[in-house]
Amino acid sequence: MAGQTLYDKLWSQHLVEQRDDGSALIYIDRHLLHEVTSPQAFEGLRLARRKPWRLDANLATPDHNVPTTLVERAAGNAGILDPVSLIQVQTLDDNCEAFGIEEFRINDERQGIVHVVGPEQGATLPGMTVVCGDSHTATHGAFAALAHGIGTSEVEHVLATQCLLAQKMKNMRVRVEGQLGAGVTAKDIVLAVIGRIGTAGGTGCAIEFAGSAIRDLSMEGRMTICNMAIEAGARVGLVGVDDTTIDYLRERPYAPNAEQWDAAVAAWRDLVSDEDAVFDKEVVLDAAEIAPQVSWGTSPEMVAPIEGEVPDPDAIADDTVKRGVVRALEYMGLAPRQKITDIRLDKVFIGSCTNSRIEDLREAAKVAKGKKVADSIALAMVVPGSGLVKRQAEAEGLDKIFLEAGFEWREPGCSMCLAMNADKLGAGEHCASTSNRNFEGRQGYGGRTHLVSPAMAAAAAIAGHFVDVRNVDVRDHTQQSQEA
Amino acid sequence: MQALKQHQGVVAPLDRANVDTDLIIPKQFLKSIKRTGFGPNLFDELRYLDEGYPGQDASNRPENPDFVLNQPRYRDASILLTRRNFGCGSSREHAPWALEDFGFRVVIAPSFADIFYNNAFKNGILLVPLDEASVEQLFQEVEASDDYRLEVDLEAQAVTTPGGDVFNFEVDEFRKHCLLNGLDDIDLTLEHEGAIRDFEKRHRAAQPWLFRG
Ligand code: SF4
Repeated sequence: MAGQTLYDKLWSQHLVEQRDDGSALIYIDRHLLHEVTSPQAFEGLRLARRKPWRLDANLATPDHNVPTTLVERAAGNAGILDPVSLIQVQTLDDNCEAFGIEEFRINDERQGIVHVVGPEQGATLPGMTVVCGDSHTATHGAFAALAHGIGTSEVEHVLATQCLLAQKMKNMRVRVEGQLGAGVTAKDIVLAVIGRIGTAGGTGCAIEFAGSAIRDLSMEGRMTICNMAIEAGARVGLVGVDDTTIDYLRERPYAPNAEQWDAAVAAWRDLVSDEDAVFDKEVVLDAAEIAPQVSWGTSPEMVAPIEGEVPDPDAIADDTVKRGVVRALEYMGLAPRQKITDIRLDKVFIGSCTNSRIEDLREAAKVAKGKKVADSIALAMVVPGSGLVKRQAEAEGLDKIFLEAGFEWREPGCSMCLAMNADKLGAGEHCASTSNRNFEGRQGYGGRTHLVSPAMAAAAAIAGHFVDVRNVDVRDHTQQSQEA
Repeated sequence: MQALKQHQGVVAPLDRANVDTDLIIPKQFLKSIKRTGFGPNLFDELRYLDEGYPGQDASNRPENPDFVLNQPRYRDASILLTRRNFGCGSSREHAPWALEDFGFRVVIAPSFADIFYNNAFKNGILLVPLDEASVEQLFQEVEASDDYRLEVDLEAQAVTTPGGDVFNFEVDEFRKHCLLNGLDDIDLTLEHEGAIRDFEKRHRAAQPWLFRG
């Protein structure tokens, strides 16, 4: 018999019941909640007079609607000016209080984007099933946890039963072998993967990311990659456990205590695909060939290397693809064959659950240090993923580097990733963004999003247009403290 | 979920085919944090002369006197009679939430959209598909009478008119079972409560660090 994949192991370890029709009941270890997709679920519980099955499995924090400017944040919930946003955040607070669910509220230092907060707290552990009413829950798969997004009815189902009705997915493996070039990061890997397999490439699959280039990444980098599995069509992204995983988790608040630690680590060591496991699909990429990536269109698969150019629709044979490209170029205001480095920018956003962790901010700061944001850039903002990331960054002096360079340094939240709070693009504005979606209108009505890595975003802010970060002189951010 | 075995109620005729979910409940109401309270905005664009927005007091809004649900004899209707492909469009669960909140328990039409079919049953609304000729007969009868009521028997899968005509209808066995007993997905899962508790116990014993309490 062939060995098991990591996904097979996680699935069978959580199977409560297998039904004849192919559906199954799986047990959920961790349920993360935020203000947008939970209110109707709590109301449903209330109407049916039900209680949450297991309180300690749940952890909540508001993120989508919170303002990111200090003035507004200082006022707590009262600082949320949009009444609809305020009601959502207030409702989450009320529901968590009424049902007894732990919540990191708006001004709690541990508040942040759910997908940054979970791992940071050690609330996401290897071998867990993790769900949240949000498609980027795939992020948590970086810890060898089976993690995916769910809908509001399912949020209620998980609260009430600690289980989910699910169907087993197929196994897909994306191997990235070899060494990344200097200046090339996890974000470039995942954009290159999506460019290669397309936004439907992983449909119906759990994608395991493997290979030496993935092994070499930090946990932050692995999270960036799993985060965007959903943009490749897969609800689940996974990376097997190794020392990097274990070292990251040591002494996190929710991680196993000293007594349980060794047993936990022993169990985690098995959370890798067996040597002889069989995958339904496999794709292999050479890390050395990946250049910094920039998305030029309105779908994450519309990417090009920095030294490349925007496609020419006339050179595309397939009629459907061609029409998609024509439409995207029109929306993005780009000409066929325009060089990527000629795309001029109006705004720069460094943040989101894809790239707002400490390592991302360090990468961006290295590029920004000692330079100035171009005059043509109307707004360049850095939004840390959580209050703790913010504190850490400030302890390292990153905030000063950004502020001196002309970036705004904000309070944690989803911010301009989806523009549900006041941070938005104006119509026609081009934005270098470290987020995950470049759909029409995603960052504001008529806004034009280009997905890039934090280093590429910082370099673009300085130049006013895209530049190859490999040619930019970077300085180690730690030099600041040495000089001072 | 509220069970439904037999139901007797006033019938309101909505003489339109392809009524989509946007017509049932316009998108501006999706921002709400609730799943109740959509009743006053059911068919909002047809029902009122002004534009609706969330949180408004519907009692002061100018009603469209021509719309069927605004006629006094239909205000307490609980059975909606309509035409082909009812509920097409998006997957929003707000559509059945709005119908239910208004007071509808049964919708009769020649056919229903797929996703809506599931969503309606999940929320305790019985969908009765009848052939075009039968639906046409019901439309004629309802318009000719001042207080037209139908009797719907889910167990027998039959609709009986005041004149004694009986129309049989098809219903998915599983959905029928749930509706007769008032079971929703959560109830069904909770029927396996024992299995979940057993699993949880083993899981906790094997990996105690996954539990904090
Ligand atoms: S940062 Fe963006 S993608 Fe991530 S959870 Fe928030 S809105 Fe969603």
